Amino acid sequence: MELYEHVGGAPSQAAGAMTGARDQVLGSIRRALKRGPPAPEAVAACETRLVTHRRNLIPERARTLPPRGQVELFVKMAEAVNATVTRVTDARDVPAAIAEYLKRLNLPARLVRAPDPTLDALPWADQTLLETRRGVAEDADLVGVTSCFAAIAETGTLMLHSGPAGPTRNNFLPDTHVAVVRASQVVAAYEDGWDKLRTARRGGDGAFAMPRTVNFITGPSRTADIEQKIELGAHGPRRLHLVVIDDGEAA
Amino acid sequence: MTEKPRVALFVTCLVDLFRPSVGFAAVKLLEDAGCTVEVPAAQSCCGQPAYNSGDRKSTQAIARAVIAAFAGYDYVVVPSGSCGGMIKAHYPALFSDDQTMAEKARALADRTYELVSFLVDVMKVERVAARYDGVATYHDACSGLRELGVKAQPRKLLASIAGLTLKEMRDSEVCCGFGGTFAVKYADISDKIVEEKAANIRAAGADTLIAGDMGCLLNMAGKLERAGDTTKVRHVAEVLAGFTGPALGEPGDGS
Amino acid sequence: MKVTSRAFKTNARHALGDAHLQQAMTNLRSGFVERRAHAVSQLPEWEELRDEAVAIKKHTLANLDFYLEAFEQKVIANGGQVHWCRDAAEANAAVLAICRRLGARTVTKGKSMIGEEMAVNDYLEANGIQPVETDLGEYIIQIRHEPPSHIIAPAVHLVKEQIAQSFRDTHRDLDPARQLKDSRQMCDEARSVLRPRFLAADVGITGANFLVAETGSSIIVTNEGNGDLTQTLPKAHIVLASLEKVVPTLEDAATILRLLARSATGQEFSAYTTVSTGPRRADDLDGPGEYHVVLLDNGRSALLGGAFEDMLRCIRCAACLNHCPVYQAIGGQSYGWVYPGPMGSVLTPSLIGVEQAGDLPNASTFCGRCEQVCPMKIPLPKMMRHWREREFERHLPPRAYRLGLAAWAFVARRPALYRVVSTWGARILSYVGRARGRFRALPLASGWTRTRDLPAPEGWSFMSMWAARQAKRPAP
Repeated sequence: MELYEHVGGAPSQAAGAMTGARDQVLGSIRRALKRGPPAPEAVAACETRLVTHRRNLIPERARTLPPRGQVELFVKMAEAVNATVTRVTDARDVPAAIAEYLKRLNLPARLVRAPDPTLDALPWADQTLLETRRGVAEDADLVGVTSCFAAIAETGTLMLHSGPAGPTRNNFLPDTHVAVVRASQVVAAYEDGWDKLRTARRGGDGAFAMPRTVNFITGPSRTADIEQKIELGAHGPRRLHLVVIDDGEAA
Repeated sequence: MTEKPRVALFVTCLVDLFRPSVGFAAVKLLEDAGCTVEVPAAQSCCGQPAYNSGDRKSTQAIARAVIAAFAGYDYVVVPSGSCGGMIKAHYPALFSDDQTMAEKARALADRTYELVSFLVDVMKVERVAARYDGVATYHDACSGLRELGVKAQPRKLLASIAGLTLKEMRDSEVCCGFGGTFAVKYADISDKIVEEKAANIRAAGADTLIAGDMGCLLNMAGKLERAGDTTKVRHVAEVLAGFTGPALGEPGDGS
Repeated sequence: MKVTSRAFKTNARHALGDAHLQQAMTNLRSGFVERRAHAVSQLPEWEELRDEAVAIKKHTLANLDFYLEAFEQKVIANGGQVHWCRDAAEANAAVLAICRRLGARTVTKGKSMIGEEMAVNDYLEANGIQPVETDLGEYIIQIRHEPPSHIIAPAVHLVKEQIAQSFRDTHRDLDPARQLKDSRQMCDEARSVLRPRFLAADVGITGANFLVAETGSSIIVTNEGNGDLTQTLPKAHIVLASLEKVVPTLEDAATILRLLARSATGQEFSAYTTVSTGPRRADDLDGPGEYHVVLLDNGRSALLGGAFEDMLRCIRCAACLNHCPVYQAIGGQSYGWVYPGPMGSVLTPSLIGVEQAGDLPNASTFCGRCEQVCPMKIPLPKMMRHWREREFERHLPPRAYRLGLAAWAFVARRPALYRVVSTWGARILSYVGRARGRFRALPLASGWTRTRDLPAPEGWSFMSMWAARQAKRPAP
């Protein structure tokens, strides 16, 4: 039964109006599906689907590779989308690798690094010519360094998420984004990344707490809006540089 | 000795009206392949113009007549991907509300084939004895390609023709812009599309254009000829059968 | 956005004569089309993934009420709000209310076709709030006061000279003597002009490629990073999404995401695929303080369970547009509203009525390329034909056309009569055209003969020749 006929124009903002719209939309859906509320069996099946979040088909591409192969694939796919990669064998070499990268590209030796414990542990002070600031990126920051949560081999994609160690804007404001990736963070597919996040974010009550933002980043910012010609650095970083630490097997 | 397959030819209204030689070429190819060919007199149109105009009732009436006229044969063969597709891909769904007719439509659809795919896929013809001296390019008519999977078969048989070189054009699978009533209702858009197709045909460097659908052929020939192009336009059946009459749109003996 | 779908034929005629548009459309052919083909060739599981995606959507639509309620529960649990809206008016009101409450003066926007449907920009402007499009293509058409011509690349109809001129006309405080010759320079200029707008915005509005019921999340798929700056920097993030965007789980989203970028641009994955859930958390260092999902029906629920239900599977990749010979010939603005190309030809009549948009489903050759490339296997030609049936039932096609069709059907159902007509038609036309072998002009066919010849028939009809031949043959 219709609560009232909608005749256009802005309805009142009272809670009753909102409930009205909600009920009408749900009612409209059910009428179209020629049923009332979903049957208990359907509800159970849908709830199970949500809780078990079963994987669908995952392409073989990365799935069947051994961990080292997944790291190689990650690097190859990332480079194919204009990310650049430096590989180091020891985490302590990261600041030097970044300093060298900035020097090689003639970029200012000045960066902001996310307030991430894994980055804090690195010997930044040893790079005397490199100015590093720790914190949330600002518009003036030209180079930003972050870690990542996982690295997806299938398409050379970084997975990062918001949190006290990772302000989201650090991934987007600076002109150059340098991401530090440990080989052990490389996983085959997006689904592996999600499972890793679910595990990492499971609370005491067993519930999974999503972060505000999960970013999947594949190469630098780009656009083809002008005559279909690809240009890098539309609004996000025009450079994405990955420092990959070959710290042993992928996860 | 195994019996020869009994094939009914659905000649299609465009072949009937514009180019009977294609019908005769089809008969020759089918007989050469070992079939007996009959042409049911009570045939006219497959109903596609009505179907694509949204006139479902007329389409059903026409389809009933076709189903009745073509009952009882081993195969029904059509020198057109779009008419063949109409029968094979669309007739069954036309009668979704009528179980009996739907079954008859299904039975007809199962036995219906576009000409070249019938020769290759069913009769297992590997080569033809024709000769054609020239460089040809082949246009993949949409319905034949997407509804009936006609792609490799014409190329296979054309490759067996002595003297014929096949050169692929760019975007051979892209529509020529005919679309039946579309060419009349949206003539300027249709013209733009066929202009693209004509440019691709010219760029292919062939002296002959071949396709398996009269509608497409009339459209492309009309465009090429208006531009003063001398590319010869022929239906694949006439080339495979070695027919050497005037090409489409060329002046010639009208009898 | 003003609806001009009724003027489709006029729009198309202008488009065909527009040299800039025609030049721009040739870029489309080699860009998106070739790249998509390459991307698909690199993924052997392509067809299976399509089937899985279809199954996910079919299941979701059959249980749409459940999944929308589950989604809402999770959004609320994460500190966000869901605003259910029956139509564009309610959705606009919801957006305005949020903006007013926050004292918003400027609002940044990521690309949203739902926003276009709502005409939310016009609504906000009329209410004293300045919306700033941040997707480069949307920004370009905003400053040109034009509608988008493509659902992924809104400015695809323009050549760079036109864009440069618009930048000069709009960015008046920049040095007039500056160079704006190539896309690099224009891109850099847009970046520097829009960056302060991102930082100053009070509210950020994005669309959503997906809503995820499992987690109460929205997903945007972009390349520029504008959507991310839009939804991270301001005080509030508003998501505009229609009902059918919901999928059950993150895994289901991942499956369809594998199809999306490949179908749209030929990329394996877009530069930025972002999953947003609620406002910033207590320990976050940045992020919006509020998260609102404006959930819009606007005719979607009416499509469920009906002949056009499959259209609700559309993931707005634009592959059908890119591969459509009609779209390539006339561009997107000809279609007269938000959604062009094959998907627009099916959806637009559903949303604004077939009286307004009657030409759209008719302007198709049914070549079937759209259905072939659609990642969600939507039977677009079949649904366009269905619209034609609806129009025919309501006598919407022009009278002359219907009469011609009725005459043809009358004859076609009477084979003996048909043979007479066909035989004499062939005879007469052949006689008239025999000298040249073709017609340069033909009454009643001027649409054709204005630009094409019509080859003349050979002579007698096949059926009459066959009958004659059979009569001469000895009896078997």
